[in-house]
Amino acid sequence: MMGPNIVWYLAVSAFLFTTGALGVLIRRSPLIILLSLEIMLNGANLALIAFARQQGNGDGQIFALTVMAIAASEVVVGLGLIVAMARRKLDLDVDKLRTLRG
Amino acid sequence: MDVGNVLVWIVWVVAAFACIGSGIAVVSFSNPFYSALALIGNLASLAVLYLLLSAEFVAAAQVLVYAGAVMVMFLFVIAYLGGKADTPWAGGPSWQAVAAVAAAAAVLVEVVVVIGLKTGGRLTHAPATDYFSGSPYDIGKLFLTDNLLAFEITSIALLIAAVGGVILGSHARELQESES
Repeated sequence: MMGPNIVWYLAVSAFLFTTGALGVLIRRSPLIILLSLEIMLNGANLALIAFARQQGNGDGQIFALTVMAIAASEVVVGLGLIVAMARRKLDLDVDKLRTLRG
Repeated sequence: MDVGNVLVWIVWVVAAFACIGSGIAVVSFSNPFYSALALIGNLASLAVLYLLLSAEFVAAAQVLVYAGAVMVMFLFVIAYLGGKADTPWAGGPSWQAVAAVAAAAAVLVEVVVVIGLKTGGRLTHAPATDYFSGSPYDIGKLFLTDNLLAFEITSIALLIAAVGGVILGSHARELQESES
C-alpha cells in the first residue's frame, strides 16, 4: 500500500471523534451539537474504512454506508425537533431545556 | 521512496490537516452558518482520505449524501432559524468547560490506549494485497448477498425517519395555527 500506514488514519479518526465529543460537551446550541455529532460519526466511519482496507474485506465499507444512511435519518429527526422547538418559541439552548415538558 | 509514494503522502497530509482543522473550526465558530460551511470542508477532505483507502463508492456517497443533501438541509434550517450566534466558551460556569476538555482528552487517551493494546504491532504490517476494490459493483453485490438484512433494515429506518419528520412538522404547524 502506498502512502501512510493504517495507524495514521486511525490517529486522524480518533482525533476527529474527540473533537466531535468536545463540541457536544461544550456547545449549547442544539444545531451545533448536531454538527458535532456528524463529526463523531465520520471519525468512526474513517476507522471502519481504514480497518476494511487493512483486512482486505468489504464488510467495513458496508458498515460505513449503513452508518451514513442512519446519520441522514438522525439529521432529519433532529432538525425536525429543532424546528418544532423554534416554532413553540422555546429558547434554543440545551442548558435551559431542563424538563421534558413542552 | 518512489515518486508515487511521496505524492500519496503529500495528498494525505493535506487532506488530514484540512480534516482536523475544519473539525476544530466547526466546534469553535460562534456563527452556526460558518460551522456548517466548515463541516462541508471536513466531509470533502474525508472523502479524499476514503479515496486513498481505495473506497471509491463510499467517497462518492460521502460527497453526494453528506456534503450535498444533508448539509443543504442543515443550511436551510440555520437560515430559517436566523442562526443566532452562540459563543462556545462564554456563559455557564467555567468548570463545565474545563471538565468538558478533560473528558474529551480522556476519551482520546482511552481510544489510543485500547487500540494500541488490542492490536499491538499488527497494524504496522503490510495490508492485504488482494484488497476489496470498493467499486459500485462489488458494494452492490455484498449488499444484496451477505448483507441483505442490513440493507432492508436501513431502508425501513429511512422510511420511519421520513414519516417522523413529516409528523413533527405537521404537529408544530397545527400548534402555531391554533395559537394565532
